[in-house]
Amino acid sequence: MTPRASLREAGFRRAGVDHASLLGGGVTLAATAGILAILIVILAVIVVNGAPSLSWRFITTSTARDMFDPDKAGVFPMLVGTSARVILMTLFVVPVGVITAIYLSEYARAASPLTRIIRGAVNNLAGVPSIVFGLFGLGFFIGFIGGTLDELAQGPAAEPRWGKPGILWASLTLAVMTLPVVIVATEESLRAIAPGLREASLALGATKFETVTRVVLPQALPGILTGGILAVSRAAGEVAPILFTGAAYYMATLPGSLTDQFMDLGYHVFVLSTQSPNIDQTKPILFATVLVLLLLTFSLNFVAILIRARIRRSQRAAH
Amino acid sequence: MTSVRPTPAAPAAPDTAALAPVLIRAQGVDLWYGAAHALRSITLDIREKLVTAFIGPSGCGKSTFLRCLNRMNDLIDGVRITGRLEVGGVDIQAPTVDVIELRKRVGMVFQKSNPFPKSIFDNVAYGLRLQGGHSRDALAERVEKSLRAAAIWDEVKDRLQTSALSLSGGQQQRLCIARAIANEPDILLMDEPASALDPIATARIEDLILELKQRYTIVIVTHNMQQATRISDQTAFFYLGQLVEFDSTAKIFTNPGKKQTEDYVTGRFG
Amino acid sequence: MGDSSSPAEARWRQLNTRRRRPLEWLAERVIFAVSLSAIVMVFLIFLFVAKESLPVFTGGVDSALVQPVRPVEDFDRLSRAELQAYLGLSDAEFARKDDETLRLLMEVKAEAQDEIPAEFREDKDARLNTAQWRYLLLPYQWTGYDAPAFIWQPISLIHKYNIVPLFIGSLKATLVALVFAVPLSVAAAIYVSQLAHPRLKEWLKPAIEMLAGIPSVVAGFFALIVMATVLEAPISAVAGWLGLPSSRLNALVAGLALGFAIIPVVFSIAEDALTSVPRSYVQGALALGASKWKAAWQIVLPAALPGVFAAVILGFGRAIGETMIVLMASGNASIVSWNIFDSTRTITATIAAELAEAVFGGHHYRMLFMLGTLLFIVTFASNFLADLVIHRLKARLEGRA
Repeated sequence: MTPRASLREAGFRRAGVDHASLLGGGVTLAATAGILAILIVILAVIVVNGAPSLSWRFITTSTARDMFDPDKAGVFPMLVGTSARVILMTLFVVPVGVITAIYLSEYARAASPLTRIIRGAVNNLAGVPSIVFGLFGLGFFIGFIGGTLDELAQGPAAEPRWGKPGILWASLTLAVMTLPVVIVATEESLRAIAPGLREASLALGATKFETVTRVVLPQALPGILTGGILAVSRAAGEVAPILFTGAAYYMATLPGSLTDQFMDLGYHVFVLSTQSPNIDQTKPILFATVLVLLLLTFSLNFVAILIRARIRRSQRAAH
Repeated sequence: MTSVRPTPAAPAAPDTAALAPVLIRAQGVDLWYGAAHALRSITLDIREKLVTAFIGPSGCGKSTFLRCLNRMNDLIDGVRITGRLEVGGVDIQAPTVDVIELRKRVGMVFQKSNPFPKSIFDNVAYGLRLQGGHSRDALAERVEKSLRAAAIWDEVKDRLQTSALSLSGGQQQRLCIARAIANEPDILLMDEPASALDPIATARIEDLILELKQRYTIVIVTHNMQQATRISDQTAFFYLGQLVEFDSTAKIFTNPGKKQTEDYVTGRFG
Repeated sequence: MGDSSSPAEARWRQLNTRRRRPLEWLAERVIFAVSLSAIVMVFLIFLFVAKESLPVFTGGVDSALVQPVRPVEDFDRLSRAELQAYLGLSDAEFARKDDETLRLLMEVKAEAQDEIPAEFREDKDARLNTAQWRYLLLPYQWTGYDAPAFIWQPISLIHKYNIVPLFIGSLKATLVALVFAVPLSVAAAIYVSQLAHPRLKEWLKPAIEMLAGIPSVVAGFFALIVMATVLEAPISAVAGWLGLPSSRLNALVAGLALGFAIIPVVFSIAEDALTSVPRSYVQGALALGASKWKAAWQIVLPAALPGVFAAVILGFGRAIGETMIVLMASGNASIVSWNIFDSTRTITATIAAELAEAVFGGHHYRMLFMLGTLLFIVTFASNFLADLVIHRLKARLEGRA
């Protein structure tokens, strides 16, 4: 009997093609490729349609009355408005977020109910719809705080100065919205620090606060930076929260004070897309504006991801 | 493995050791991690300017007791300590005690060296900067003094501003020792300081300890019994959270009083 | 002990006085106070959004077209409370106005009632308080309709506030998004987490997460300008073949764009869940001769199911709360229809589109805030559920459950 025949007799099947695995592997690979394809197509369409209208002039001039004219339109005031509101936002969200993360990581007792409630609140904040933040900004910051400020400053019959949409309230609303982003990123970087370092510091007679400021925070800075950048990237693209809290379609001047309204890249895209008298004429401007916005959010996101990858790699090396 | 160094001078003779004043006194110290009873009624005296070794199998309370001496167990949730623990005559468990000050007087070196990701200079100067009020020159002087005392000055004097993480394992540990003694503590607690090091680095640390004992009271936890015989004057044998025997090193290793001690030091278990 | 010289003893005794460290004490208090901000914010959000909508829940809103008119001459005969209720003012607003202004407001109200065209004033529904829950949830046969219907039409003279079309609109778009995004994301998560080469995985994961860097207004723009145009012909063909009406902007287009927005969310969490299944499970399966795919499908996925489930819940929460995409691409017709080719209106788009025109403090305003409150509750609940599931999963993996 040939060896092969005897093996067959013994019951060994010839290795066949594993159809299920092929199918499964193929489908999942296709899904992954599909998602990447979606990303690439969206980016490609926007770049192809927007790049021709993108120019130095586009970025640096004001639109004035020529918003619909492809040769004269410019997004400078929108860029300023968007940048101003996210910078203002970081002034509020980064300190609060970092301090909260420090509390959760260094001071709070892990199992205490209060700690769990704080974490639950952070998680919930992350899930609140952006339009609800807009309502909150309107009801709380503009209505309550702004209204109270007006009454205190000028009496009950006051002409609203603080109690109306403005860049301060829009920034504060966004700060509340992006708080979870900063907290999570900071906590991640705090967790990555070897506990031995804290022990060493305390054993040398440092107080907890000294340990945090002299040893822990300096090491956590890259992570904090990542969190800040992610928050900025997220906030730059959000429109729903600023719909009622300060965005305007046309302002004759750049925002000069905290109570001024402002123009905004995303808001402009929204209004132009939905209320343009001649959509074909404005398409090139739209694409170019979207391209500018995308370049802004993507480059920020990219930088944040790079920093985070660098941190993760050094973390793996240290342990 | 036989030692390649000449045997050091014999530790202080029993009666001389007994005359040294007591610096740390424990009376009936118990410790619980939640429900687990980790230390059972520990009573011992640690004397000034001697090296006292804690030996015993893993997990039997040596490190736990060591960490009581500078209140580092406070960092762990759910720890409860009863009994009296005196350092320099002061009950360090009392609520009136300034724990931060205590840790400046009672320094600690850890099993795994943990230099800060800062420069060598900044590492050693850390404790001094906490105190504040030192001029740049005074700091440099103290840093040099500590690095010399830790027998690492010659190796790092030209690169004080480089990162401490660029040093080898043995060097990092000596740096941590320099960092601890920069505070000029009275007592130095060492938790298996050489267990992560190769034999040559270990030998250097042991030599260092014998030098340091002229100025500091040293308590060292070790699972290496030969190390204990080489460098310590007194030895405490811990087993399952209890202090089984505490006496001069010579006696513990040549003529132990308890059978359990004899079994451990002769390697019958552990 | 007494052998130590006095200065040494004194030095040690110094330990017994706790040093005052005001900076440390203050820092700890401040840190603690600031960290409560997250809790405070969630509470405030709910409070201020719900506060504006409270009258709807307590029956304090009257949106009837024809209201009983008190002539200005009655000013002195009304008590302060009655006057405040008649004019529909809050306590603060009422206190701020003097008698002259209040008389003026009464006149304005009387005039407004006079200006109502006769055919509306005689309408059978003119005196109906349409803000009652019966009209919010149940169908009603309004004048001009031949059957009871669910109508959301706040700006007509007879205000119609039925929220059912809006809920259906939100659910439609969300379901399309989930049906599109979940299989895609989970399949990709399986590939990236279990089948891909580790080096490939290192840049695949961030690449897919870059999709999260596309703001929703851009996705909405893309759907409105590009997708709607491209899909218009195929959609009307398929709809025609099925005998259904269709429009250029509809739930399908918006749902697909919504899907783009939730892919990163579902992918990220599902991939994390799959990766945190202990390697030992996989290695055990592989050692028994399973292929990577079989191990993933039969061992890892079932073990990670709670995490994947949580990912879907979070995707749902994100989709139902999304505003700009649906505002721009769903067509904004508030009708009751499960036809995905029909133009549709979601809760979020309604709030965004109509708030600017609503009179501050009026019934429309309160209705929109009420929608916001409902939305908050829905997303709060789905977040809570997802949290619970992930918590249970972690406990199980760590052997605690």
